[in-house]
Amino acid sequence: MTLYVLRRLALSVGVLFGLAVVTFFMIHLVPGDPVQLALGGRGTPEAVAEVRGQLGLDRPLLTQFGDFLGGVVTGDLGLSVAQNAPVTEIIGQRLAPSAILIVYGLFVALVIGVPLAIIAALRPNGVVDNGIRLVTTFAFAMPAFWLGLMLALIFGLSLKWFPVSGYESGIGGILRTLTLPAVTLGLSLAVVVVRTLRSSLLEVLQTEYIDAARSRGLGEWRVVGRHALRNAVMATITVLSVDIGFLIGGTVVVESVFQIPGAGSLLVESVRARDYELVQAIALIAGAAVVLLSLATDLLQATIDPRVRLAKR
Amino acid sequence: MTAVAQDLPGVADATTDALLSVDGLRVEFGPADAPLVAVKDVGLTIAPGEIVGLIGESGSGKSLTCRSIMRLIGAPGRVTAGTVDFEGRDVLAMSSKELRDFRAHDVGMIYQDPFSSLNPVMRIGDHLRETLRANRGMSKAEARAEGIALLERVGIPDPERRYLSYPHELSGGMRQRVMIALATASRPRLLLADEPTTALDVTTQAQILDLLTDMRRELGMAVLVVSHDFGVIAQVCDRVCVMYGGHVVETGPVERIYADPQHPYTKALLDSVPDMESAGNPVRREGIPGYPPELTDVLPGCVFAPRCAHARPGCTSVPMVLQPVDAAAPDAGSTACPVRPFSVGGPFDPVAGSPPDPVAVPVSPQPAAATAAMTAAETAARAQTGDPGDLPAPGEARITQPTDQESTR
Repeated sequence: MTLYVLRRLALSVGVLFGLAVVTFFMIHLVPGDPVQLALGGRGTPEAVAEVRGQLGLDRPLLTQFGDFLGGVVTGDLGLSVAQNAPVTEIIGQRLAPSAILIVYGLFVALVIGVPLAIIAALRPNGVVDNGIRLVTTFAFAMPAFWLGLMLALIFGLSLKWFPVSGYESGIGGILRTLTLPAVTLGLSLAVVVVRTLRSSLLEVLQTEYIDAARSRGLGEWRVVGRHALRNAVMATITVLSVDIGFLIGGTVVVESVFQIPGAGSLLVESVRARDYELVQAIALIAGAAVVLLSLATDLLQATIDPRVRLAKR
Repeated sequence: MTAVAQDLPGVADATTDALLSVDGLRVEFGPADAPLVAVKDVGLTIAPGEIVGLIGESGSGKSLTCRSIMRLIGAPGRVTAGTVDFEGRDVLAMSSKELRDFRAHDVGMIYQDPFSSLNPVMRIGDHLRETLRANRGMSKAEARAEGIALLERVGIPDPERRYLSYPHELSGGMRQRVMIALATASRPRLLLADEPTTALDVTTQAQILDLLTDMRRELGMAVLVVSHDFGVIAQVCDRVCVMYGGHVVETGPVERIYADPQHPYTKALLDSVPDMESAGNPVRREGIPGYPPELTDVLPGCVFAPRCAHARPGCTSVPMVLQPVDAAAPDAGSTACPVRPFSVGGPFDPVAGSPPDPVAVPVSPQPAAATAAMTAAETAARAQTGDPGDLPAPGEARITQPTDQESTR
């Protein structure tokens, strides 16, 4: 296991470096001058040159890249031209709502999805199974913005259980402001959980070791919850990790609907403003989060199934 | 082996004092109005401490019969008739709580492939501890100690280390030993062994069979061994039930069945087993001509008649009923063949049901269909002997031929 973890870690570091290279050069090769934009297009050539000099944008690309890498290591991601503030500070304020939203959404998806998948798999093609399929497909077919609006309309405006928009920190604030957005995200993820988990559970429940566990007189809950579920979750974990990877930096729709000042909307704003440093930093952080997510997924799967460690050795 | 059985109470007369008795068992698949019947009117008794073999080709219904005893037939299969009586309790009528209790304490089961019958993501110790805690109410520490003791008892070296191993870290033989430890963890009085040695190599097979007989002696546990291999059955069993096409066609003590089979199918099955002397001999043992019946085939008479070398015209209408081989000796078992002795030819009257007098009746030519089948088989046999690459190696001598027939279709 130790060897497996070390290998996976080394691989992740390599990917992160590659990510830094790609984000840096991509943003510098995209047409459009951030200084021009920051000065509102009215800047004289002299003023533009002066700002470029201040920001170090007139130096050779490789020198700039070296500085960028050094900054990444020390946690200094530069200065936002558009907002005239340190990038780390701006991102720091906007990262938490998005991260909490994703984790909360995942939690909702698991709480809804896992029991439904088990119930559906225990009586495949029964009334309950078909009912679950119908409802989850319906939830999946609804676009996130519409589902979010409906939830805000019902639970926010009519029932007044939750505020319709905004974000507050602290446990109480998070529960109040992020529950509806998390349910919006969670419902579409729950469909993925139900679908994948149901089908792999059905497959696992046919195996001989499940038969053998039953033959030892173990109860159905133990057989399904302990013997079958651990074997069946692997596919769900893989699919969920890909989905969450998409959500990192992709929560913008839900953030817009509920007016949450998150990283997704920050990314869109900064791209529009040609805010080099900020876009670069968000892309890097989002990429790093995805790399860490896939590392965590692999380690989780290796913990659950010992054969994973062997297969990838 | 049988000497042990005779020392145990109840073995001499299996029918009066049975641990398990299955009667009129019927297992169906498919739609209820046009079912495919896989097991038809099967009866079986096992006395305490007795080892009974259930032998037959693939598709003969032997595994389904075995699983029915534990009610482990998954949908779409279902038991539609019969009783499974275990010490006076009807297993088929048990509530789910009673059934769990029955599985937990009275009966254990081991499977053909020990790799797929152990959960791949659980350690050996997790399996044992879970079972011991759930079924014998042990504490964690007790379960660990007992689990290691169980592994030691089934002959696993270094049991403390193996307790922490995963199934994929063990060899096939070791895994089957673990399964036996697991299935016998709550000291059941009956062990169902569904093809317990089929997935193992020949030396490991012998070790596992030895272990089963040892465990029987130590625990006084009865065993039902399901196999397609007469070698396996002969090595461990006291009595045998021969199944064909969903029916029990013959049953009796293993020595009697071996020496004097009273059903043509049993005889054909025994004749198809290559013996040690046949090693290197270019003449191959004769297989059984034709194929086993499909589930869709509904035969009014004897289910083996279409392939039987001794079939008479009446055989296709006679009902399949087990009758004592020898009315004077009930222990000799019974056979479903109404023609006795079947090896002597002659007309057979299914209405009278009486076997023809072997002396008075002259030998008549075989029915045309059977003759044609025989000729085809002989042609096939000759074709096979022409190919020296097809000869059984000495190590393969234990493997029976009939089960290969499905793969040659």
